[in-house]
Amino acid sequence: MKNISFFQIQSKSPLTNMYMGSTLLSIAIFDVFVSSFLSVNITSFLPQNISTFLPLIIGFIGLGILRMEYTGIRLLDKVNKNINTNNFNAFLTLLIIFVVIKATPPALSWMILDANISGDSKEACTGTGACWTYIKVWFRRFMYGMYPNELHWRINSAFILVIALGFVGYFFKENLKKYLALYYVVIYPIIAFLIIYYLISGGSFGLVWVETGAWGGLSLTFIVSFFCLIFCFPLGMVLALGRRSNLPAVRYISVGYIEFWRGVPLITVLFMSSVMFPMFLPEDFFMDKLVRVIIAITLFEAAYCAEVIRGGLQALPRGQYDAAKSLGMGYWKMHIFVILPQALKLVIPGIANTFLALVKDTPLIFVVGLAEIAGMLALAKTNPKWLGFAMEGYIFAAIIFWIICYAMSKYSYNLENKYKTER
Amino acid sequence: MSDPIIKIENMNKWFGDFQVLKNIDLSVEKNKKIVVCGPSGSGKSTLIRCINRLEEHQEGTIIVDGTELSENTKNIEAIRAEVGMVFQQFNLFPHLSILDNCTLAPIWVKKMPKAKAEELALEHLERVQISDQAQKFPGQLSGGQQQRCAIARALCMEPKIMLFDEPTSALDPEMIKEVLDAMVNLAKAGMTMIVVTHEMGFAKEVADEVIFMDEGMIVERAETKTFFANPKSDRTKLFLSQIL
Repeated sequence: MKNISFFQIQSKSPLTNMYMGSTLLSIAIFDVFVSSFLSVNITSFLPQNISTFLPLIIGFIGLGILRMEYTGIRLLDKVNKNINTNNFNAFLTLLIIFVVIKATPPALSWMILDANISGDSKEACTGTGACWTYIKVWFRRFMYGMYPNELHWRINSAFILVIALGFVGYFFKENLKKYLALYYVVIYPIIAFLIIYYLISGGSFGLVWVETGAWGGLSLTFIVSFFCLIFCFPLGMVLALGRRSNLPAVRYISVGYIEFWRGVPLITVLFMSSVMFPMFLPEDFFMDKLVRVIIAITLFEAAYCAEVIRGGLQALPRGQYDAAKSLGMGYWKMHIFVILPQALKLVIPGIANTFLALVKDTPLIFVVGLAEIAGMLALAKTNPKWLGFAMEGYIFAAIIFWIICYAMSKYSYNLENKYKTER
Repeated sequence: MSDPIIKIENMNKWFGDFQVLKNIDLSVEKNKKIVVCGPSGSGKSTLIRCINRLEEHQEGTIIVDGTELSENTKNIEAIRAEVGMVFQQFNLFPHLSILDNCTLAPIWVKKMPKAKAEELALEHLERVQISDQAQKFPGQLSGGQQQRCAIARALCMEPKIMLFDEPTSALDPEMIKEVLDAMVNLAKAGMTMIVVTHEMGFAKEVADEVIFMDEGMIVERAETKTFFANPKSDRTKLFLSQIL
């Protein structure tokens, strides 16, 4: 079949095509570039609607000519193969290039060129661009919430300690390796809790008590995500095993649990935890709101984790169970040494997915009055001195969340590669 | 003669409404090598899977080494530890090295010290001639090597009985011999073996008795020579004429 381009330009040498095609394409891109960056319309002598669509048409013809023949030039052939295979693809490619070029100047000028970062009040923001001064002035609030300024070192040092303890596992000696899971599932969360409790909450060792209502900002995001992640995973694992158990009672309880928590929206769970739950408790029993929220999110996400892990368990061939049983392993040994290591490896992408969703669900705790980073933004934008900077705030928060989530997904790719074995 | 190490009486098993095993009576004495053959779907695999209770039977009794297998059996793990099994699909643990595959159960089930377990594993791997592959992972080995490793893994538990469930059916013809050689060596060392296989050459060489099964019943059980020379039932004759 012949080339299905409707511009049947016949030529002797493939290079002629290449020169012609790239010239046309360059003209098209140049036109869009000049018109969007310098606001000069070089085709203004034409009627307006033709002038608008002219670069698209010229570029389209250019790409059409470019892909007419195999040139032997590596880069060009690669481009042709990937983004210029037929008329439709060429059209989409052009459209995307033009949209990017058109969108760059306004974005650039708003975010950087016309933006302000100097000064420390609203009056410093005179330009038409973004007011990064707002972020600068409020930075500590976004990071630490209403936590007293002079005590921020307590949050910082608590986080450094917790992170450092997280790396301790790497330095375990060979004979301690078998306690690694125990360390991360039981000991580490307890130590982390104690550190955060005594250092950030204070109240003893001569540290001033800071109630959890004052906690906030990014540090609260971290605290909530951290505890929810480390608790929901083991709980999900137990539920996944429970759902596949042979014991009817265990199985029905697990199924009931999972279906219940998957069926209710997180926001209602949070409301329940903060408003309804205290009503059911004896009067002298007090549980902090933050703790209640962490428990609620943990229970909620555990149901999702459980289903992801169950997927991994079901993907394992029955032979693995048979082999483990035939070697005399009981239920727990079989699962700990044979089934779970393989199943968890299979579900790393799914678990990463659930965890990312969890981190991005944490802003919902704003509904019960806990202001993590997005919550702080919502508070800050209603401050009468700083009205009208919601955009800057949300972009800032988006960037922070993106960094956190991208780091997590990178880490999950690393894990996947690390534990990849041939089957 | 000594007491039978495996004694099955009047055993029936159903999968749903379908009866896979009908009135099985079988006793196996210590150190005997039994080959079970028959057309596919005749219940051979199910029979030997019942012996270490990977499948549960509904009627009759199975006694393995003096312990009856039933729903109330408390220490089913202890019995399984004494009954080694080799599967058609090898079923090695892909996330563990060959050595770890072999030492896992001795260390965690038999509570053997690690050094001793490794020594034992290397000894058995040597026996099946793959001790040089000990550090590799199952995915890096050929089918024949994997199956020999599976035999070594079962042997590391020092079982009294070895069950083989079509150990060569998933292998290339070239690799069948190396696995059969390992099994012949094992037989000569005096292991009690029940082997489900279509390798009649192996049966002739090592089996004391051959059992022929069809449609969930034991049709014929005879000494190896008698079985091949004068089969009694017509069904056996037909089967042998097709397979030989």
